[in-house]
Amino acid sequence: MIGQLSPIALLFYLAGLVAIVASLKVITQKNTVHALLYLVVSLLAVAVCFYLMGAPFAAGLEVIVYAGAILILFVFAIMMFGLKQDETRYAPQNQGLSIWLGPCLLAVLLLIEILVSLDNADIQQQLSSSVVTSKQVGILLYGPYLLAVEIASFLLLAGLVAGYHFAKPDNQRGHL
Amino acid sequence: MSSALWQLVEITIIISLLIPIAAMLVWVERRLIGIWQDRLGPNRVGPFGILQSFADLLKILGKEDWIPPFSERLVFTIAPVIGAVSVLMSFAVIPFSPTIGVSNLNIGLLFFLAMASLAVYSVVLAGWASNSKYALLGGMRAAAQTVSYEVFMGISVMGVVILSGTFNLREIVLAQADGWFIQSQFVGFVVFLIAGIAESHRLPFDLPEAETELTAGFHTEYSGLKFALFFLGEYLGVTLISAMSVVLFFGGWQMPEPINTWLPPLVWFILKVMLLVVFFILLRTSLPRPRFDQLMAFGWKFMLPLALLNLLVTAALRLMGVL
Repeated sequence: MIGQLSPIALLFYLAGLVAIVASLKVITQKNTVHALLYLVVSLLAVAVCFYLMGAPFAAGLEVIVYAGAILILFVFAIMMFGLKQDETRYAPQNQGLSIWLGPCLLAVLLLIEILVSLDNADIQQQLSSSVVTSKQVGILLYGPYLLAVEIASFLLLAGLVAGYHFAKPDNQRGHL
Repeated sequence: MSSALWQLVEITIIISLLIPIAAMLVWVERRLIGIWQDRLGPNRVGPFGILQSFADLLKILGKEDWIPPFSERLVFTIAPVIGAVSVLMSFAVIPFSPTIGVSNLNIGLLFFLAMASLAVYSVVLAGWASNSKYALLGGMRAAAQTVSYEVFMGISVMGVVILSGTFNLREIVLAQADGWFIQSQFVGFVVFLIAGIAESHRLPFDLPEAETELTAGFHTEYSGLKFALFFLGEYLGVTLISAMSVVLFFGGWQMPEPINTWLPPLVWFILKVMLLVVFFILLRTSLPRPRFDQLMAFGWKFMLPLALLNLLVTAALRLMGVL
C-alpha cells in the first residue's frame, strides 16, 4: 500500500500522523508548558500539510500567526502564572465522563466526513491538482471576501480598544 | 537524483562555512570595538588575534555542561537548539549568487518571517525552563520585545513585496536589476534594520540579557556548549539580518553596470553583508541601552505608524504608476 503512494502523499500522511499524535499529547499532557509545545508541533505539522496540499501562503501564515505569535502569548501567560505542578486535578472536565459525550459526537461526525472524502476520487483529484498562490489569496481576500475581511478587522479593532481600556491604570480609566 | 545530491552538498558547504564565520564575528566584533575605543582588543592568539574564537571554542568545550537540578531538564536542553536551528533554516531561502542558494521557495520571505517568529521560543523557553528569576524576567522581556518588533518587521518588507510583486527572494533580487529598493524603500529599510536588531536582541535592544540589571537574562543558568549555541545563534542572527537586508534592499548579488564585472556576484554579496555586519557592530558600540518601557513605546508609537505609512505611500505611488 505504501509503495503505491507518491512521495508527496507519503510526506502528507507523515505530517498528518505527527499532527494527530501531537494533538493527542496536547490533551493528555499534565505539564502545561509541555502541552503547549506539543500544540506548536501540531500546528507546524498542519502547516506542512497545507504546503503539500498546494496552499503555501496558508502554510506560511499558519506558522507566523499561530505558532509564532499566538502560542508565544500562551507561553507568556503561563510563565506569568507560574503553573508548574499538575493542575489538571481541579479542571472541571476531569470530574465526570458524561461531559465527553458532546465533543465525541462532533469528532465522530468529522471522522465520517474525512472518511467519505478520502474514499471519493473527485475530491482527491481537486485537492491535488490546484496550487493557490499568494496573489490569488490576495485577490480573493480583497475581492469577493472584502466584507468578511472588513468585519474581521472591525472585530480586531474592538478587541484592541477593549484591551487598551483594561490595561490602563485604574485612576486614568474614568467612570463609564 | 544527482540534483538532490548536489543540493545536500550545497547545504553542507553553506553550513560548514556559516558556523565558522559566525564564530569569527566574535573576534571581528571585539577587535573593531577595540579600535573604535582606542585600544587594541584581542591580538594575542595567532596573527592579529585571528585564532581568538578558536581558543574560545576550545575553552568552552572544556567547561562543564551543567544542567541545574531545579531546571526543567528537557526544555532546558532543547531551547538553545531551537534558536540555532531556526536561524540556520532561514539561510535556506537566501539567494547567495545567481547559482548558489539552497531553496528557491515561492514564499521565501514568509519562510524567513516564520523562522524568525519561531526563534522566539528558544529565548522564552530558556527563560522558563531555567526556573530562576533573572532568566524568567529575561524570557518575558524577550517575548514582549520580539513579538512586538516582528509586527513592524513584517510590515516593513511589504513595501518590497509591492514593488517586486513576489515573495520569492530570488525574484526580488532580480527585480532590482535597474535600481536597488533602498532608493524608494529607505524608510522600510530603517524599520527593518531596527526590528532586526530587536529580533536578534543585540545592543541597544539587548534588554532580555541586559547584564547590568538581569545578570545574563535568559541564559543566566547556561554554561558550556549550550551557552555557546546561544552565542552562535546570536551571531548567526546578525549575519542573517544583514544578508536579508542585502537581498531585500541592496540588490543581493547585483551591482551597477561598470563595476559589476570586477568581482564575481558571490563576492559582491559577501562584501555587502560584511559591510552591514560592521554597521551592526558600530551601532552596538555607540548607542546606550534604553529602558524597557521606552523600547516598547518606541516600537508601538513610532515604528508601527512609520511602517504603516511607508506601506500606504508605497502602495499609493504604485497604484499611480510612479514607482
